[in-house]
Amino acid sequence: MKNVLEFMEAALSGHPQKILISDPNGSLTCEEFLHQSRQIGSFLWSELHAFQKPVAVYLDKTPACAAAMMGVVYSGCFYAVLDTSQPADRIRLIFDTLKPAAVLTDRSHLDAAGKLDVPVILLEDALQISENTTELNRIRRRSIDTDVLYVLYTSGSTGTPKGVVINHRAVITYIRWVIETFHIDDTIVFGSQTPFYFSMSVTDLFGTLFTGARLQIIPRQYFSFPAMLIDYLNEYEINTIYWVPSALGIITTWDAFAWKMPLHLKKIMFAGEVMPVKYLNYWKKYLPEASFSNLFGPTETTDICTWYTVDRNFADDESLPIGHSCNNCDSFIVTEDGRPAETGETGELYVRGSFLASGYYNNPEKTADAFVQNPLQQAFPETVYRTGDLVRCNERGEIIYIGRRDFQIKHMGYRIEPGEIETACSSLKQVDSSVCIYDAASDRILIFYQGKGKPEEIGRQLREKLPPYMCPQKIEKVRQMPRNANGKTDRRYFLELIQKENI
Amino acid sequence: METVIKILSNLKPGVDFTTEKDLVNRQILTSMEIMLLTGELNDAFDIEITLPYIIPENFSSAEAIYDMVQRIEEDE
Repeated sequence: MKNVLEFMEAALSGHPQKILISDPNGSLTCEEFLHQSRQIGSFLWSELHAFQKPVAVYLDKTPACAAAMMGVVYSGCFYAVLDTSQPADRIRLIFDTLKPAAVLTDRSHLDAAGKLDVPVILLEDALQISENTTELNRIRRRSIDTDVLYVLYTSGSTGTPKGVVINHRAVITYIRWVIETFHIDDTIVFGSQTPFYFSMSVTDLFGTLFTGARLQIIPRQYFSFPAMLIDYLNEYEINTIYWVPSALGIITTWDAFAWKMPLHLKKIMFAGEVMPVKYLNYWKKYLPEASFSNLFGPTETTDICTWYTVDRNFADDESLPIGHSCNNCDSFIVTEDGRPAETGETGELYVRGSFLASGYYNNPEKTADAFVQNPLQQAFPETVYRTGDLVRCNERGEIIYIGRRDFQIKHMGYRIEPGEIETACSSLKQVDSSVCIYDAASDRILIFYQGKGKPEEIGRQLREKLPPYMCPQKIEKVRQMPRNANGKTDRRYFLELIQKENI
Repeated sequence: METVIKILSNLKPGVDFTTEKDLVNRQILTSMEIMLLTGELNDAFDIEITLPYIIPENFSSAEAIYDMVQRIEEDE
């Protein structure tokens, strides 16, 4: 099989009446989902007559949005899902490189979508027509596994979004690993947290489409009200979640499990940022039978390249390994002077294999920077991905995440990882989260934290945990951690703040 | 009531909390802000807002938030 739709059809045709994707407002059975996707595909083909062209999907996260995404694939095109809450200016920035053939949206978003200077196609119109089986079959015969499936825009470090190009083969290879590793089948009910324009959603969405599991979408507001969230998990018998650590942390901060317990949760996976061990220990205490897995990877490796299922206890100030390479994906460590790193030696993480993106859409410079010839062999052309992440291997053979290559600090002759200072700070009882920034201009380490205690108190405790050269020169409390579009801590905000406000 | 409005306005400048009646559904308050807000309310009114109070009805408007604070004060 060469196309994600073939895996989906094989899995879903077996149980047509089973609910496949739902949210509090509605649901689609396997049969309905296949039918609607084909209707949308047929309509897009009749309107666009385009093969392997981008179609922007401008819809909220609903079952219909998932059908729209697969509809684009049926039509022979590829999709880019847009965040409907982002400003029109950022969308235009994306369209500068994406140049979509059309925007697929619904009536409720017509006003906003109409202003984007791209032909608009309405979902409601597409769902009026019948499937054009002849045309859909012809498109399928033409397709190959390295055709583009989607382009996913991530916030680049310079502020210009980069469109990561993912093909069918990458998702097929990646989802095979997900299914075999986490035993995903039609008994799984995913509680889906991450937006469809975020790479983590590839795991639970395609994990569902490839197996006939169920994807239960959790609306964002539920994460404000933990009791409601837990009721929701129980009402839909959600047994598997793949959330960002900050979503898991909401439960911890409210001590929500002391009031109410999720009754069906068996598999808990997380990725997207460093998981504070403090959160993990809380969850493990209440759900000792559940499995906990730390997944690690960038959008450029579809979603993930290494993983670790928690198999021992960790103290609150230890960091969790990111584990080892996924099956059929090679994550390897290269030192600064271009050798394979020995155990304990720090180096940059490289990834090779079919999980890799094809590059950045309409961006040859950034593509050439990150997708490079394998530094460990010159005998034949082999493109590998440079993650920019610094890691090392521990005595157990597990990869340990250290930090970003571009964030590494050289201070008083020492090489310092901000991540280590953050781990120490975030392990303190009063601290919810923290970010460590190095200001090269003044050669100072600064730490910003969100939580209770006063800066002097935090400083005193940090001095007990860190060697003197790693202790920050400035400790600032923030009301709220700024987040970027993907929900990760926004470091750029602090760098600008330091410059602007002379902190 | 003024205290509640003041806390809200500090937390999220630019929103008119005297008239806004749908803070939750219009996603004006994020989960992080609700967490911060309850911390501030706890300090300002010397109460402890526990999980059972963290429901959408209690956060839909400044008035609803103030009602909740009063109920907790009575219970304590």
